Amino acid sequence: MIGLSNIEKRFGDNLVLKGVTVTIAEGSVTALVGPSGGGKSTLLRCINLLEIPTSGTVRIGDETLEFHPGGRVPARDIQRLRLQTGMVFQNFQLFPHRTAIENVMEGLVTVLKWAPERARERALALLEKVGMAHKADAWPATLSGGQQQRVAIARALAPSPKVLLCDEPTSALDPELAQEVVDVLGKLASEGTTMVMATHDLRLASKIAKEVVFLDAGVVVENGPAAVLFNNPEQQRTKRFIATLKQEAEKEGGGEV
Amino acid sequence: MQGLAFTVVAPYWDLLLIGAWWTAVLTVSAGALSFVGGILFAVIVLYAPNIVAYPVRACMWVFMGTPLLLQLFLIYFGLVQIGIDIPALAAGIVGLGLHFAVYNADIIRAGIVAVDVGQTEGARSIGFGKWQTLRHVVIPQAIRNTAPPIGGNLIALLKESSIVSVIGIAELVHSAQLAISETFRPFEFYITAAALYYILNLVLEAALRLFERHVEASR
Repeated sequence: MIGLSNIEKRFGDNLVLKGVTVTIAEGSVTALVGPSGGGKSTLLRCINLLEIPTSGTVRIGDETLEFHPGGRVPARDIQRLRLQTGMVFQNFQLFPHRTAIENVMEGLVTVLKWAPERARERALALLEKVGMAHKADAWPATLSGGQQQRVAIARALAPSPKVLLCDEPTSALDPELAQEVVDVLGKLASEGTTMVMATHDLRLASKIAKEVVFLDAGVVVENGPAAVLFNNPEQQRTKRFIATLKQEAEKEGGGEV
Repeated sequence: MQGLAFTVVAPYWDLLLIGAWWTAVLTVSAGALSFVGGILFAVIVLYAPNIVAYPVRACMWVFMGTPLLLQLFLIYFGLVQIGIDIPALAAGIVGLGLHFAVYNADIIRAGIVAVDVGQTEGARSIGFGKWQTLRHVVIPQAIRNTAPPIGGNLIALLKESSIVSVIGIAELVHSAQLAISETFRPFEFYITAAALYYILNLVLEAALRLFERHVEASR
């Protein structure tokens, strides 16, 4: 289980998250939706501590860390919590100087000190899972965006994280390439991978997410099961936002909810 | 007026080749030092606490702002006075290496800054520490992206290495001068030495191209 309680994040005078509390059950898929600047990405990055919350508590499985304004958290604790997570980025962020399989092996070899042969075996199995085994020795620059993102998913899964965090995983892709990423994420979801994704992609959110958290201006406006939130939201603010998303999806001819 | 006769070079050919060999040795050693030193200086200037970074920057300015010739004199003749007696070859390598390390440091620093922050986040997200991120992700990319100007510095270093003849290192120019002092035929020997420098640089350029092609494969 992942628990975020009372998370506040301040950048200078700018309070980006105003006491957010979210609980994510093991094996569930949660979508963070909401307008740009609403705090989705920041919240996601507070889970793996790429952003250190100003205050609040982050809990992943048995690991709990508390944050206080001005307090310093030891790098070792941050590392321990972070190793429970894997992250997929909007722009993939594969290492361009490493081949696909080396990208997946990197964390196992460098951080977890696995023997290279063992890491290669696991990396290949993961590339197989995301349908990229045939490109194991390709350079990232020679892969399409969708292929790069699938390799990035394999890289994030390599250390067997408790949760996969996806920050706009399909936003840099055209609808066709986005589809292959949605398919892979859907497959992972059906296998019981715990996921939290920040997304604007209605197709992704509606197809995969079971739970939805709607964030605006740094607070949780509404949360609940995806079907309810997408089709019958309670709050006026949520209704407006979902309606816009649906309109956009129709314009693109892509998503249906 | 004397006519030109390159046959005078023949008896001194071995001497010149030995000189060229030492030029190569100087270039490789000082080049390696300038490369490693460049990375080290760049990392210190960017990431070390001010108490370390400021003195290092001050040293870099001194190395950049004063002539290489003077630096060599100071290292070889000056340091003896305070009890540090360095052999000429070592003094030449250190002088050349540090002088060019400073230029490389500026290039590498720019290369490091230019690596997408997202790369750092990608590395951190799979558990890399600060140092691991630098070593495995940021610096390799910075070096790849700055390979052409660093290679340019290496070529400059090869040519500038001739200056260490003034502290008595028997490199190519030194050998040529020795031959000239016996034959009084400066033109033939300087031309021959120049040709040998050119050939050495062709080899170096070929090696650099090979490296760049290797790097290009990943783009």
